[in-house]
Amino acid sequence: MNASHRDEMAHAPVGYGRLVLLWLGLLGLTGLTVGFAGIELGSLVVVTSLLIASTKAVLVLNVFMHLRFEDRVFRFFVAAALAVLVIFFALTFMDYGFHG
Amino acid sequence: MAETQDALLIAGGDHVHRDDVGIKLGMWLFLFTELILFGGLFLVYAVYRYLHPQEFHLAAQELDALVGTINTILLLTSSLTVAMSITAIREGRKWLSIALVLVTIILALAFLGNKYFEWAHKFEHGIYPRSPLLLEMPPGEILYFGLYFVMTGIHALHVIIGMVVLGFSVRFLWTGVITEHSYVRLEAGALYWHLVDIIWIFLFPLFYLLH
Repeated sequence: MNASHRDEMAHAPVGYGRLVLLWLGLLGLTGLTVGFAGIELGSLVVVTSLLIASTKAVLVLNVFMHLRFEDRVFRFFVAAALAVLVIFFALTFMDYGFHG
Repeated sequence: MAETQDALLIAGGDHVHRDDVGIKLGMWLFLFTELILFGGLFLVYAVYRYLHPQEFHLAAQELDALVGTINTILLLTSSLTVAMSITAIREGRKWLSIALVLVTIILALAFLGNKYFEWAHKFEHGIYPRSPLLLEMPPGEILYFGLYFVMTGIHALHVIIGMVVLGFSVRFLWTGVITEHSYVRLEAGALYWHLVDIIWIFLFPLFYLLH
């Protein structure tokens, strides 16, 4: 009976090669962020390290978490959740920015 | 959307109702609550770092960037192995899938081991919540260490919960509950594990790379 089950997830399995390639990319980005932290960039360190961390997170979301291969509705929900977080940060820093 | 609609239909005959897309959406909704939990903590971190930039930098000198880097590599690798376990079970390679999830759990244990020694090292140096040494520090450093213990602590708790979830995945793979044709439980567990990884991706530079 189980065999008659149709696979209800449409996308094909993600190949091992692709997963390993992404892992190597993530390790490379980790090396980059550690390297950047070693040199004097002042306030740029925060910007670069957050940019690199965000890039890593997007890669994990897209490939490891299959967001790229899933139905569009998943991406929509993730975007909505992230938008809420951005609003939290934006509103908070509007306040702190003006208070100096 | 076609397959979503299809999955929601309750078919007759020998087709047992299954809603894999619904299960995954439910998992994502749960992950959003986690995102807001950690997002709130990151917001507190951002505000206090904005108010005490020098003290945050000074306090961060106490952390060992090498330990943080090793733990980052461990978690990234564990994310790889759990992602590979899904590919393995979908190809019908049950034992490979079980082995990959077990490797994931071992990497998680190594992460926690590192964390244990790191915290123990801090305690030996008299740095722990409300320690006399800590309370003599300037406010910004107290806040930094407070956030460090709370955020890495809650993250470590998530690693432990993730290990339990992955342990159940091994059991389900073993007993044939998760199969080549029904693997949504493994996918849900993996999603949780990847979220734990993503949280660490942000914790690492914000606490360990402030030099």
